[in-house]
This record gives sequence, structure tokens and C-alpha cells, in this order.
Amino acid sequence: MTVGSYLLRRLAAIPLTLLGASLLVFAATVVLPGNVARTILGREASDASVAALSAELGLDRPLPAQYLSWLGRFLTGDWGTSATLRAPVRELVLDRLGASMLIAGIAFVVLVPVALGLGLLAGLHHDRWPDRLISGVALGLGATPEFVTGVVLLVVFAATLHWFPTSARLPPGAGSLDTLWHLTLPVVSLVLLCTGYVARHVRASTVTVLASPYVRAARLRGMSSARLVRTHVLRNATVPAASALGVQLQFLLGGLVVVELLFDYPGVGALLLRSATDKDLPTLQACAMVLGAAYMLIVLAADLVYRLLDPRVRLGGAR
Amino acid sequence: MNSGVGGHTGTKTVAAVGTERVAGLTRGAPRDVVAVAAGAVAAAWVVVALAGWRVLAPRDPALQTPSDRFARPGPEHWLGADQFGRDVLARVLAGARPVLVVAPLATALAVIVGTVIGLSAAGLGGWFDGLVMRVLDAVTVFPSIIAATLFAALVGRSRLVLILVIAATFVPIVARSVRAATLVECAKPYVEAARLRTEPTWSLLVRELLPNVRATVLVEATSRLGDAVFAAATLSFLGLGEPPGSPEWGASVSENRVWLTIAPWTLLAPALAIASLVVAVALLADALRRRVDAS
Repeated sequence: MTVGSYLLRRLAAIPLTLLGASLLVFAATVVLPGNVARTILGREASDASVAALSAELGLDRPLPAQYLSWLGRFLTGDWGTSATLRAPVRELVLDRLGASMLIAGIAFVVLVPVALGLGLLAGLHHDRWPDRLISGVALGLGATPEFVTGVVLLVVFAATLHWFPTSARLPPGAGSLDTLWHLTLPVVSLVLLCTGYVARHVRASTVTVLASPYVRAARLRGMSSARLVRTHVLRNATVPAASALGVQLQFLLGGLVVVELLFDYPGVGALLLRSATDKDLPTLQACAMVLGAAYMLIVLAADLVYRLLDPRVRLGGAR
Repeated sequence: MNSGVGGHTGTKTVAAVGTERVAGLTRGAPRDVVAVAAGAVAAAWVVVALAGWRVLAPRDPALQTPSDRFARPGPEHWLGADQFGRDVLARVLAGARPVLVVAPLATALAVIVGTVIGLSAAGLGGWFDGLVMRVLDAVTVFPSIIAATLFAALVGRSRLVLILVIAATFVPIVARSVRAATLVECAKPYVEAARLRTEPTWSLLVRELLPNVRATVLVEATSRLGDAVFAAATLSFLGLGEPPGSPEWGASVSENRVWLTIAPWTLLAPALAIASLVVAVALLADALRRRVDAS
């Protein structure tokens, strides 16, 4: 299968999966405990006004009708109004999504070279102390939740040394340097979470490549170590790294929710949590849909990069 | 008929090999210093969780002493006190139990369900295998953290929901690796022999294949246990697990987040407790995996 037709097939599957996700999101939100209208109006509201609001919100209609009209409005860009935040949901969610993508983007740009470098370093010093050190630390950090490393970073660098702010919330009109300063600690905790796993994959493939007959042949031909790494090792080590990255990007997205909460950053993950506690249905639905879509696109992109890097997969040999 | 193709002696030998392989994983293990240290840390937390704070802690984790509000770590409070003057050490010790109830139960549930699914998908094959894998793909497609948030909003905070959400996230992972290991076994002669003597399918799955994928199941269980501690602490931190005020580690970090600059020890102690447990379990899982790969 060529990359083009593969891409088309996968892209076509996304709306279908999102449709399934929308059913799940809708089902989860309509059966929320507590009458939505009463939650909005408060405990003291009269039964009549609760019933009036329910009718206004369309909550008295049968569920399939509610679902279809919700889906229709969602697809045409009418995502409703947040009752608790008193703002149109679409602007709110897309604005927060941009803020989240900023953190995720910076984390990704830092993550790739760091993980590749550490993995190569460990692989080239197979079973000697740099390898033991990197592999051990990578394993430990990969297993530690990002809010734990985040807390340690906050206590050391924000509360004790005062090098970085305790909150990642950007002041209005922050310049790019100021932005980076605010986002350093959350980005570092995301990178620490994801680097270990990717670096371990790079290390493993580096070790395999170095032990292969063609590398021994190249050595015997007198190829320098630097050239060997450039021509043989790097390319072969990036392929599994790309697939490992795909897995880690999903962690990055989940980690985003956690990091946004810990560092008090106004992203879409923090909004998702807040809307769930506030029972702010339109916002909760929109956040879940947007995050779900972002997640699927990320997985698809990682898969595509993997296919483009590996000629065996690219030319349709495998599978 | 003395050719002895298959027969129950053959079955027993195969099962015995499986048992020996699993026994070999634990035998000689003490040579790995890191694994022993990790095992000691994990075991210490299990003891703390089993014994409970009543035996070990210097005082009641819920006891509020207003005069000790934000007391620094010292002889009175070894790890300091929090906003209500509660002892941080006592709370960290009491916080071990919720984690060590949720994580092993979620892991056990995921491993049992995942093994049954993976084993039967590979063993039965055909359309059943295809259907099961499609369904697993569909479940994996949705990010678990969003699903957990929706569920928590739907049913409210409860330990049972936490266990079910974590288990549901891990079932596809376990099922995939058990299926892969079973497929490798299915290609071996003893399975063909069992099929030729028309052994019932359940017997083939349970008595022939299961003992031979036991090592895979064991490695999966250990790896998932580490992930389950991670997930349980994270979901509690997000306010989706334990009720507010619980000494659970993730919930404690979340509760004390606002006191970061005033009383950093209230965050650091539970955070380091989580780190010690997850790193210990991860190191154990890694040592076990290497041992299985080597054998």
C-alpha cells in the first residue's frame, strides 16, 4: 500500500472514530448526576423556572433527538455557551487549545534531540557506565508521574531558588523570552516523563545496529566511527524512535492535563477538568471532542513519519 | 498404537517446562543488587499499607493541631505539618494503603481479563480473533485520561470507578502481548499434536497454552502494576479518585499545591513517596523482563 492511499484510508477513518467518540461523550454527559438546569440556577430556584430552563436547553426532548441536534450544532460550529464561565464555548476552547499546543510544541522540540542524543550515547557505550547511568535514570524518570517530577522542580527551582515562577500563567502581553521563562518548568517535567522511553528505544536499536554484520564490514573497511554513526546508526535508530515517539505523544497529551493543573496554566486540559467538576456540559463536550481529535491526528502523524522513515514499510513490503 | 503422539504425558512435560521457566526467574535473583533494593523498597511500602498508620505512625494522620500549623520538619514533626497542623509523616504512611489497594486490584483485573481475551483470540483464531482485535483497537483510540474524567464526572469519585477505569485502560495492552505470545506457541508441534488428537478447545487453551505463556503474563502483571500506581496517583491528583481530604499521595500533593512557597515539605513528602514506589516497581519489572528475555 502506498503512503498516499494509506493516508487517505486513515484520514477517512477519523470522522468515523470521532462519531463514536461523540456518542460516548454525549452519553457520559447526559447521564451526569443532578439536574443540569438546577445546577445552573442554584438550589433555591423554583421548580417552574427549572422546568423553563430545561425546555429552553432542550433537555425535555428524547435523547436521540438531543444527540442529533447537539451533533448538528457542533458540526456547524455552534458549540454553545458556557453557563459557568459566561463565554462562547468555541472561542474559549480553541483559545485554550492554542495555549496547550504551545507547551506541547516546545516540549516536543526539546524532547526529540535530547532523547536521540541520550539514546545514541547509551547505545554507543553499551554496558559501560554512560549506558548504565542513562538507562537507569531513563527507566526511573519514565516511571515517575509528571506531577511528581513537577513538584520536585517547583520546590527546588521556584520555591527555594526562585529561578522560575511558581505559576506558568502568562502575564498579559508577555514577550517570547518571558513566555519561555514561564513555561520552562512545565516543559521540563513533560520532557523528563517522555525522554526515558524514547531514549531506551533508540539505545536498543543502536545496540542492534552496532552488532550487525554490515557495521562490522564497514569497520573492517576502515570507516571512521563518526561516519559510521552518521551513515548507518542514526538512520536505523530513528525508525523505532519514531514509533516510540508516537506512543509518547499520547502520554504528552495526557501529561498536558496534569501539568496544566499543577502549574496553573490555562490550557484545554485544565478546562476539561474544570468543566467536569462544574458540570459545565457544553464546555466538557467540546474539550473532550477537541482533545480526542487532536489525539487521533497526532497518532496518525507519528504513524506516517514512521512509514516515511522506514523504506520497508514505505514501499509496502511489510504488512 | 505405541507411537505416543501427544498423549497426556506429553502435556505434563510441556506444562512442567513452563513451571520450571517461571521458577528459574526467581531463582538466583538476589545477584541483581538493584532489583533487590527495589524489591526491599516495594516490600516496605506493602508492609506499611498492611500494618496501617496505627502501628507505625507517630500520631493520627487526621489529628489537627492548630498550634503546629505549617511546622517545619523537626523533632516534633519529622516531616513537618500541614495547613491544619496534621503530621505529614503520618499522612504519607496512611496514604500508602489507598494506592496499594487500587493498583494491585486494577492490575489483577486487567491481567485476568486481558489474558482470557488474548489467549482465546489467538487460540481460536479466525473471525473471532479479527473481531476482538478491532474492538481492542477502538477502545485504545480514545485517550484514557479523557475517558476517566468523563467517568468521574458521570459516577462521582469512588475507589471502584478508579479501579475499573485503570483496568479498562490496561486490558488491551495485556491482551495484545498475551495474544502475541500465544500465537508463537500455537505454531509449535505440541499444539498441532493436541489439535490432531481433537483435544477440546478449552483444554488446549487452559492446559496447553496457558502454562507456556505464563512468563509473559508474569512480566505483563509486573509492568502493569507500576503503570497502575502511576495512574492511580495521577487520577487522584486530578481529583478523580479519592475524596477530598484523603491522605492518598496524589490527593495530598493536589491539596497542598497552594502552599508551595509556605510549606514545600507538604508536597515533597507525598511526591517522593510516589516516586520511590513507582521507580521500585519499574526496576523490578525491568529486571524480570530481562530475565525472561534471557531464558
